[in-house]
Amino acid sequence: MSEDSVRVGDRVTIERHDFPAFLSSVRAAGYRIVGPTVRDGAIVYGEIGQESDLPIGWTERQEAGTYRLERRADAALFGYAVGPQSWKKYLFPSRERLWTVTRSDGSFQVTPEPTDGSPVAFLGVRACELAAIAIQDRVFGMASDPGYAARRRRVLRIAVQCGVAGGTCFCVSMGTGPAVQGNHDLALTEVLTPERHYFQVDVGSRAGAAVLASVPVRAASSRDVGLAEGVVAKTAASMGRKMNTEGIRDLLIDNPEHPRWEIVARRCLACTNCTMACPTCFCSTTEEVPELSVEKVERWRRWDSCFNAGFSDLHASPVRKTTQARYRQWMTHKLAAWFDQFGSSGCVGCGRCITWCPVGIDITEEVAAIRAAPGARKPSGGAP
Amino acid sequence: MASDVATAGGSVGLPSRHPWVPVPFTVEQRSTETPDTVSFVLVPPPGHRRLSFRPGQFNMLYVFGVGEAAISISGDFEETDRLVHTVRLVGKISQALHAVGPGDVVGVRGPYGTGWPTEEAVGRDVVVVAGGLGIAPIRPLLYEFLHHRDRYGRIEIIYGARTPKDLVYYNEIQTWRSHTDLRFQTTVDTAGRDWYGDVGVVTTRIPDTRFEPDRTVAFLCGPEIMMKLTAEALRARGVADDRMWVSLERNMKCAIGICGHCQFGPEFVCRDGPVFRYGDIRRFFSVREL
Amino acid sequence: MSARTHPSSPLRVSDHPFLRGMDTAFLELLGENAHERTFETGTLLVREGDPADEFMLIFQGKVALEIMVPDHPRTTIQTVGPGEVLGWSWLTLPYRWRLDGRALKPTRVLEIGAAHLRSILDDHPAEGYQFLLRVLPVIAERLENTRLQLLDIHGI
Repeated sequence: MSEDSVRVGDRVTIERHDFPAFLSSVRAAGYRIVGPTVRDGAIVYGEIGQESDLPIGWTERQEAGTYRLERRADAALFGYAVGPQSWKKYLFPSRERLWTVTRSDGSFQVTPEPTDGSPVAFLGVRACELAAIAIQDRVFGMASDPGYAARRRRVLRIAVQCGVAGGTCFCVSMGTGPAVQGNHDLALTEVLTPERHYFQVDVGSRAGAAVLASVPVRAASSRDVGLAEGVVAKTAASMGRKMNTEGIRDLLIDNPEHPRWEIVARRCLACTNCTMACPTCFCSTTEEVPELSVEKVERWRRWDSCFNAGFSDLHASPVRKTTQARYRQWMTHKLAAWFDQFGSSGCVGCGRCITWCPVGIDITEEVAAIRAAPGARKPSGGAP
Repeated sequence: MASDVATAGGSVGLPSRHPWVPVPFTVEQRSTETPDTVSFVLVPPPGHRRLSFRPGQFNMLYVFGVGEAAISISGDFEETDRLVHTVRLVGKISQALHAVGPGDVVGVRGPYGTGWPTEEAVGRDVVVVAGGLGIAPIRPLLYEFLHHRDRYGRIEIIYGARTPKDLVYYNEIQTWRSHTDLRFQTTVDTAGRDWYGDVGVVTTRIPDTRFEPDRTVAFLCGPEIMMKLTAEALRARGVADDRMWVSLERNMKCAIGICGHCQFGPEFVCRDGPVFRYGDIRRFFSVREL
Repeated sequence: MSARTHPSSPLRVSDHPFLRGMDTAFLELLGENAHERTFETGTLLVREGDPADEFMLIFQGKVALEIMVPDHPRTTIQTVGPGEVLGWSWLTLPYRWRLDGRALKPTRVLEIGAAHLRSILDDHPAEGYQFLLRVLPVIAERLENTRLQLLDIHGI
């Protein structure tokens, strides 16, 4: 099969022992590879130099406010769900220099930062993460962010369909997974049976097809396909969480005074973990950073969070003073207002906000509580 | 290279033409309006295209080394070779702007946001109510009415400030008050012995205004509480929610809907506003800390 | 809601918006004891601390209500105009004016003696009740407007 050219829409298989050849082929096509790796007790994203950089044989146990790495009984390469980081680490970096401004003759001159066009392969992108990338494409695309566009254009998305559901996952409720739904260049499904360890690869684009050119692949048999589908189905059936999203936009927009906001606010520390971990959160701030010479400053953009003090400051006083108001803002934006702004939910059901909340606040539980409690009503909007 | 910082380096990349880069304008004139408010006339660099904006829009003004702030355009849109901005001293950036004088350079990018929908006022009576510095984004609207007076019906303007000293564009107000084809009322919260005008909140002037409620539009600008009370008072007089517009203000860093700071419910004030139809956002006005 | 009165025609109690629609006989009774007065610009209609001897209906002009605080410049905290009444200090003990009232322009009023008006109200409880029902909204609105002035709604 390796002599025939692989085409978009093809389903092929790669044997486990050929995985290093696959990685080499990706590199030979000019991509630097970033993907999952174990570091500091978590599976984070970093440079992948060789196969052994991957979290082979690792999985995690995730619950509200809990994340523990655990050893698997097998040697799966991608036998985990999602870690604390998301791909926005690379597409929307936490700190980014936008330009440099030089003052001369009383005026100033702006030199925009050159865009980074080096190709990079994202290895191990989950279906929820593909959805999150597509969401951020919309956010930054609408604002014509050239830095994002340049970084995004050079990415090869090598997706992985989940073989295990995390304890806080609810992609099924959000309609984003665990099966990928397009938006990928290649989609891998790892299949481990006693007889065979292989990857089914769905070819999603020409760029994806191109990197398979020199990799030993076989056309996927119907049995192969059946096994791969079974992996995904099993994951779909073992989601850790559920969210009822029916009418959720109106439910949250119509209930800004629901008593539940005060209840959740008592627990929330406004620590911003959720917004940092969330793959779709996009809030940022800008700052002027002077260089040693007074004639030059740099404009930097960095991540911000609606939970931060100062975020909503108007004339030196915050509009959202209380944690209650801030939590309401975050959750209502993510699950409801996002529809008005970008035509979809802002949540992909990855569960990171639940896992990484130090007090274990669970967004699925909060929605259920608002839905269930009496007092869910339309505000009158009238003058007293 | 496990760094998150995207810097120069990597492969071939020409500097991108970044769309949010401020353009250096020069301050031609600076005038003091009130003890804490100044106006600037800014002119673009040579070769710049004709300036155009809609009344109600704003620019991001940039001071080198300090940062940017969203400031409403307060001048006449028929003057396409200059921009006028009126800035109140409220924070770090406005403090830096207040220190700027003729010949200095201020960065400008824009115009951004929605403007006052004057086309909705054509053939109708107009009620304009401004409070405090709300008169600044209102002034271009008044120029529209003055330039094209015959397009509109009765025009009633009410402007309220804390004290007579805080009335912005005081001299120009006297000129506007001398027009016989519109009515300009001013009122203040407190006054001393030199004030022969009204004292009381802007809503106390509404009983004296004359308009046909079912063919009236209203444009309101000032602190949110002022706009809310005024809208409700006009509502009680029979003006429809869908014929009133307010101008909101929120923290802004980018002005293009990407930093997330300016959200008001589902609306981005920088992009879906700052001018909003009252009927569309009335429900959000009564929510605390939104 | 201003009283449309020709500058030189006599003022009538029944023309003033505050009393319009009340019982005709009652209004005639009030009218018998009403006298017109004009205050030139800058003159005081009432002075803080003075006995509140008159109930005043304002027909034309504008009156500044001023507070005098030692060491403070004279401060106007409200203006009232045509169609309005000048306060209710004459209705409640100790029957003394709480503020200064100064004419900002020539101001024409109808005055009705306070002691006399109070006894008319006592003698005509039904109309007296109606009269109080009209006074209350005036007080309520003044109170609300004063509260709004405290909120600095013209600030920033």
